[in-house]
Amino acid sequence: MWIKKTAAALMLAAGAMTVQAAESTDSIRIAMLVKSLGNGFFEAARDGGEEAAKELGNVDLIYTGPTTATSEGQIDVINSLISQKVDAIVVSANDPDALVPIAKKAMRRGIPVLSFDSGISKDGRVFHINPSNAELIGYKQIAMISETLGGKGEIAVLSATAQATNQNIWINEMKKTLKKPEFSGLKLVDVVYGDDQSDKSYREAVGLFRKHPNLKGIIAPTTVGITAAAKAVADQGLVGKVYVSGLGLPSEMAGHVKSGAVDTFAIWNPIDLGYTAVYAAHEIVAKKSKGEPGDRVRIGRMGSLKIDGKGETAMAEPFVFNKVNVDNFAKIF
Amino acid sequence: MTSLLQRRETQLFLILLLMLVFIGIRAPVFFSAQSMDTLLTDLAILAMVASVQMLAIMTRGIDLSVAANIALTGMVTAMLSSEFPAMPVWQTVMTALGLGLMLGTVNAVLIANVGIPPIVVTLGTMSIYRGMVFVVSDGNWVNAHELAEQYLGFPIDRFLTLTNIVWISVVLLALLHLFLSRHRHGRELYGLGGNPEAAKYVGINEKQKLYIVYCLTGMVSGLCGYLWVARYAVAYTEVALGFELSTVAACVIGGVSMAGGIGTVLGTVLGSAFLVLIFNALPVINVSPFWQMAISGSVILIAVILNSINDRPQMKVILKKAQLATAKGAA
Repeated sequence: MWIKKTAAALMLAAGAMTVQAAESTDSIRIAMLVKSLGNGFFEAARDGGEEAAKELGNVDLIYTGPTTATSEGQIDVINSLISQKVDAIVVSANDPDALVPIAKKAMRRGIPVLSFDSGISKDGRVFHINPSNAELIGYKQIAMISETLGGKGEIAVLSATAQATNQNIWINEMKKTLKKPEFSGLKLVDVVYGDDQSDKSYREAVGLFRKHPNLKGIIAPTTVGITAAAKAVADQGLVGKVYVSGLGLPSEMAGHVKSGAVDTFAIWNPIDLGYTAVYAAHEIVAKKSKGEPGDRVRIGRMGSLKIDGKGETAMAEPFVFNKVNVDNFAKIF
Repeated sequence: MTSLLQRRETQLFLILLLMLVFIGIRAPVFFSAQSMDTLLTDLAILAMVASVQMLAIMTRGIDLSVAANIALTGMVTAMLSSEFPAMPVWQTVMTALGLGLMLGTVNAVLIANVGIPPIVVTLGTMSIYRGMVFVVSDGNWVNAHELAEQYLGFPIDRFLTLTNIVWISVVLLALLHLFLSRHRHGRELYGLGGNPEAAKYVGINEKQKLYIVYCLTGMVSGLCGYLWVARYAVAYTEVALGFELSTVAACVIGGVSMAGGIGTVLGTVLGSAFLVLIFNALPVINVSPFWQMAISGSVILIAVILNSINDRPQMKVILKKAQLATAKGAA
């Protein structure tokens, strides 16, 4: 038993993914490669992917990823997926450029690569599925905190790593949104980075309280950051003085909404996102769409995606949670 | 006997004071009572784990599995708490200590009985324990609202104005200090680290000492696993990722010699305080995240250089004295 567990753990640690070999030859094997294993968001995306696989009938979903969120780990996994000869790969990239060469290699071998959530640069994928529109995500987060604060006060952003592609795009959109007249009462005083580690994010949040005594709101567009910031607000006795908002999963945020540190937060539905990514990959493999700019890809219950000139497409706008609905959704993801 | 000023502890203490003054000028708010309280609470976990890491380094080993142990024990206690919300804190603490001890014993058996170098053993168990977090949790997070109130409350509840977590570390560090300075087993650890060959001849039981070291690192890491998860109110696979390197850094800055045989609890605590001060102060005084990494790295390098400089003259003096003695003897 011990040895079995150990061996299983070692395999996971090495990021090796050899299970789920071909069961039947005519089924389509789609690999979902995520930023790192053990992340609630991607577990929910996997559930959506499995839903799509079941609906399509002939799809086997391979859910995989490195144990830590690095592009090196993802490159290793893609290599092993290529040698397993999967039919398609959908990936949420840890780095937009580092994965391009290996993704190109996969496509040369006839394995279409789609990116979702966090994109690969244009050359390394057929198209990219944004969970939502960066503009909408940026707007929504500012709108949420603005509503909580009654439209005025100092705010700060607590992000993940300073190089994270999606984070930086959203922060840019937030800055653009803040220039609109309806948000003129909000002042962005700082952007800090917690590296998606709970201890560092917590320290950065506490640092924000010290640096900006008039701080009224923290926007954390990342799940580790938003929980750490909410805990810091509660620990420092700032509930009701500083509000945390941003992007998080309902199951992770329910407790902090109850404590009062968080008023509203948003997330696109990761189940829908996983569903969309796997469904889209199937459409490409089944040659129902080429996925070129201007094409429309049919996505089962989600309607259809229109691919824009940059080879990107958006799924839907983020969904807002508050103390009324968070408990119900916390049971799902 | 080295003079007070030459001791690493005094040097570090003065540097810490200097840094505090400098930070105080840049950001006076850093000196508030609440800020100091946060700093102490932040220091507690690092100081505890670094101090047991010191035992490993002092005996010419290292324990790289401490952070993975924290993640695994933290996850297990968190899952127990969400499954049995009525579980009293003492049971959680005992579970954490017990599981930590178990994980530490695996290291100890492989190092002491099988005779594999500690760095290799703990590098392996680090991956195994980290992987097991994933296996036991199935990759799911345990979140704030799933954890019981007493589980979350205990570490940050207050006793005589300070948080429990600070008191736990004070008691543990004091015991460890007494053990190292007064107890026979503690003194023998220095002997073993300083010169393993000689230690063997004077009858120090190497196997037994290694068991003490790696069981202690495991047990304390386990306890800190619970404290860590309770403090940040979330358990997930990547908890404390890379933390083992912070503990090693704290030791090195605190004057613990990588060559073995040198190290004190006080030095390690000051080394930890140095790191915690940097981690907490740099965000407040507006230093970019890239510089933060570079600064932490440079500090560690400087400490290692200082260590080697501090060690070198002593060796030379002894050799010169010996030379002189033989020269005189010959003449």
